[in-house]
Amino acid sequence: MASKKSARRQQLARTAMYPLDWLEERSGLVGGVRYFLFRKVPGDTNWFHTLGSATLTAFLVQLVTGVILAMYYKPDPQNAHSSIDHITNDVTLGWLVRGMHKWGASVFIILMFMHMGRVFLFGAYKYPRELNWIIGVLLLATGLFEGLTGYLLPFDQTAYWATVVAININGTAPFLGPFLASLLRGGAEIGPDTLARFYSLHMLLIPGALIGLITLHLYLVIRLGVTSPPWSDEAAGEGPPPAPPSARAGLVRPRPRAAVRGRPTE
Amino acid sequence: MDDPRGDMERHEPPPSLWPVGFAVGIVCLLVGLIVSWPAAAVGAGLAAVFGFLWARDVVSASRGPTLPEPAELEGRPSAPAIPAHQGEAAMPEPEPAERFPRNVFLEMSTLGLGAVIGGIVTVPAIGFAVLPAFLKQHSPQIDVGPITDFPQGQYVVATFLRNPSEGEISRRTAYIRNNGSVKGVPSFTCISNRCAHLGCPVQPGGPVFDSKKQTVKTKNGEVDLIPMLPAAGFICPCHGGAYDQEGNRTAGPPVRGLDRYEFLIKDGHLILAGTYSVASVSGTGGTAKIHRYQTTGPGQHIDGPEAWLYPVQPPH
Repeated sequence: MASKKSARRQQLARTAMYPLDWLEERSGLVGGVRYFLFRKVPGDTNWFHTLGSATLTAFLVQLVTGVILAMYYKPDPQNAHSSIDHITNDVTLGWLVRGMHKWGASVFIILMFMHMGRVFLFGAYKYPRELNWIIGVLLLATGLFEGLTGYLLPFDQTAYWATVVAININGTAPFLGPFLASLLRGGAEIGPDTLARFYSLHMLLIPGALIGLITLHLYLVIRLGVTSPPWSDEAAGEGPPPAPPSARAGLVRPRPRAAVRGRPTE
Repeated sequence: MDDPRGDMERHEPPPSLWPVGFAVGIVCLLVGLIVSWPAAAVGAGLAAVFGFLWARDVVSASRGPTLPEPAELEGRPSAPAIPAHQGEAAMPEPEPAERFPRNVFLEMSTLGLGAVIGGIVTVPAIGFAVLPAFLKQHSPQIDVGPITDFPQGQYVVATFLRNPSEGEISRRTAYIRNNGSVKGVPSFTCISNRCAHLGCPVQPGGPVFDSKKQTVKTKNGEVDLIPMLPAAGFICPCHGGAYDQEGNRTAGPPVRGLDRYEFLIKDGHLILAGTYSVASVSGTGGTAKIHRYQTTGPGQHIDGPEAWLYPVQPPH
């Protein structure tokens, strides 16, 4: 009886797993996701290591709420503010979605800075992760630009004048500043084009850049592994280095004795 | 012979003090820009010297010592097997001449064709996005009503639509004073309310007589004219920039005086036509001497050495 039951259970498991197996056989995606999610990390990682994932989560929240807001927002000077009013007061749960997007923007920026601080204080920007620090700085600048363009969209007095000042600050940059200001305004004066232009940047161009940069950022995190904290006994990277022939694709591998120069290796 | 699989050596930068010196130089430069020019020059020099030393260090480190000669390793048969990436490759690399030229041609033409197609797609797109901001920029003529509505010697707040087809977004304000006639020609002072610091709207430093507000219908729609007495000149609410009654900067962060509007008189109506920037004004009213320049964005110097930072202006 028992063996019969377990055989049935096995069949049940096979049936349940069938779609996943089907997908895996044709795409290798299941293995890829498993590789992505079940990586080896140093044993003494701690809560500070979650700041990067938290930033990513905040970005995903902005992505989802932003798409919903775009369904109701009207990016022209006559209707922009009243459509925001409509979202906040009339649309079911619109106040919640707009609130998440508005406050989530600050959360995203704050988390970026905290993540940056963690990486700095843990020395996680050092070899071989310098490039990921540089991509992170680009992400920070792009994220701040996203905040700047989003700030105009409610189109109230605060938004309008803050944007006037922000564009003019850009205009004071040497040599190219005046052209940058004209480019942001879409002309010599702030007009109807300015709002539409900021909307386009805010919801199409900059998010696209952010998604691309985040992909590169994550690729390098997976390739190089998570850093252990500075007080750790474990080496950074993915555990002990494999044997030389198979390690050729790996980055972290002991140097040949002859190539050691300067200081001794452990 | 070079390792055909590329250099898989670790390139960890050796510890070095040069970056610290470089950082100190940059800090000195930035502080110097605010405090004094000599300090900035010293900082720039420090940064340049340490930057050079740092770069030289990095470059020389990456050349580094080379791997032992393969012959040396082969001379010791008892030694463990040579890692696959060291020593002579099992099969010699094909000589460059052995590559099929047609193969190379096809590779190159595929890449080249891809680049051309990519260019055809992206260059116009970037052009469409960028060019409209710089072309067809012209200042409309703004009719602000009959000159008889501007009492002599009295400042008036005039608010109007710069371009009525654009709606409220084009609402602008000018402070206009009728200076009477100078040598038989009517004279007006038409000051733009755009602060020369970062573009906030400056406010009159004195009473504005709302009860005497007058609305004039012109070709530009309705223009509001409100008499006022800017006894303390004009003051910006954003960062405290202050100007006198002629628009000269008197205090705060602005880098120059307030911009002014060109004006002309057509059929007895005062017409504002375009703006120009003003470094400063000597004298008052109709006999004032105005140091005028082409329209320039707020916060940008138009005279003195700082103006060299803004050699070319986009069309205004």
